[in-house]
Amino acid sequence: MRGFEYVRAADPADAIHAARQTSSAPPTLAPTQFLAGGTTLLDLMKLDIMRPTRVVDISGFRNRTDGIAFDRQGLHLGAFVTMAEAADHPDIRRDYPIIAQSLDLAASAQIRNMATLGGNVLQRTRCSYFRDTSWQACNKRSPGSGCAALRGLNRKHAVLGTSENCIATYPGDFAQALVALGADIEIAGPSGARRVKFEDLHVAPDAHPEIETILNPDELITGFAVPAGPWTRRSLYLKVRDRESYEFALASAAVALDLHDGVVNEARIALGGVATKPWRAREAEAALKGRALSEANARQAAEAAFATTKTHGHNDYKPELGRRTLVRALMQAATVEA
Amino acid sequence: MPNAHDALSSFSVITRRTILSSTAAASAVPLTMTRGQATPNAEPSAAPPLSVDLVVNNRTERLIIDSRTTLLDALREHLNLTGTKKGCDHGQCGACTVHVGGKRVLSCLTLAVSIREPIATIEGLAKQDGSLHPMQQAFIDQDAFQCGYCTPGQIMSAVACVKEGHAGSDAEIREYMSGNLCRCAAYPHIVAAIKQAKSATESG
Repeated sequence: MRGFEYVRAADPADAIHAARQTSSAPPTLAPTQFLAGGTTLLDLMKLDIMRPTRVVDISGFRNRTDGIAFDRQGLHLGAFVTMAEAADHPDIRRDYPIIAQSLDLAASAQIRNMATLGGNVLQRTRCSYFRDTSWQACNKRSPGSGCAALRGLNRKHAVLGTSENCIATYPGDFAQALVALGADIEIAGPSGARRVKFEDLHVAPDAHPEIETILNPDELITGFAVPAGPWTRRSLYLKVRDRESYEFALASAAVALDLHDGVVNEARIALGGVATKPWRAREAEAALKGRALSEANARQAAEAAFATTKTHGHNDYKPELGRRTLVRALMQAATVEA
Repeated sequence: MPNAHDALSSFSVITRRTILSSTAAASAVPLTMTRGQATPNAEPSAAPPLSVDLVVNNRTERLIIDSRTTLLDALREHLNLTGTKKGCDHGQCGACTVHVGGKRVLSCLTLAVSIREPIATIEGLAKQDGSLHPMQQAFIDQDAFQCGYCTPGQIMSAVACVKEGHAGSDAEIREYMSGNLCRCAAYPHIVAAIKQAKSATESG
């Protein structure tokens, strides 16, 4: 790991001030980085993939008592709440099972004790060409250098939202729950606070895979607002992976349903493990609206969700795995008591 | 069982580390680094050393360290508490599991200078009189290790697993212990050990 200046921030305003940037690099390549749980940043610093010269420690913002709140409008999650705190909260487990499950099924108990929700949504891809500096070509790591995964071992790579410059999979789980539930994200920066749709936080790789979000380097995620809705209780997160626990998704589906007498009033669907960003499956949602939730209709919705995939050889299996994962998630969600 | 001795007791005089470092074979074992080589091939730090007070197993320790020093390296290389093991050093294996503020965390992905709460390691688990923690005893009784390298992390994780209330069934234990890998695949015996120690750990 390269040397860096360590700065401990007293509060979010202090952290933003300490993170004011002198370079025009995007957040992923910026010389100043925030350190919360450290589970992504320190890993990537050891691999020499992230090379900050200054680290602003915000890990002390964790374990605040006011991080999780409910009101008529829905659920508010502080960005410094740990994954474990949110996953273990009894009201979240009851009213927003999709959120609790997306966190339970991610990482390990130790990592969930460390990692914050704000850091979790910013975790970097597990693409092995990104994580290994002995491969020269990686547009995320070294913009303009190419993509070794296109003709490399790409079994775990994305089939939705890819570009000719990057096919790296977004690795997270919690983000899919937030996308499905239509959450907002709260961001603080030097010129004040702003609130945007969580769905708009991440950007597809296109020409610039090194740009992963709409954040500026000196902006800090401070919270998530999850709207209440008739679909939040009848919701789940289904994750399919190579081993049963402590593994990233090959395909996953976040599903929330508002059902009346077996007919879909509204379906909220997001897909993980198959896309370059947390992926809202609007075509699948539209295909189900107003129709009975039968397996045949669920299959039609899944076909719509994966209508425009691009595969690269080793991941040719992914569209069908993704379709079956979504069908199973929908049929299981229908049996959840609302 | 000398090969698991330092995992299970803080009173061993001759540890595997002393044996290895006194033989020529030590240099052939990449995981056994001698003091001062915790960050091989790293450039010199641009930042001056930092002073940090760590409370480890109820003792306050003042360290002067580079900002890069992980809690794992601080324990092993600066405090000579080598019960906590370095496996992958990337948060994938759980061998480095310790408790910070009563919660299990990965010491390899924690900067020592960032710590604000007390730390508990495997060396602090046994009582002052040397009697083992019920979880340590259960690992011996149930034959829950072979090579023993993952065992300190397994035991620290297991104690937390029970205290969190995540040891209600075999399936739940397996799920909540999945962050601790065991290449000898002692998993069935680890589950048995956790079940054995559960009631004593809950009340302890």
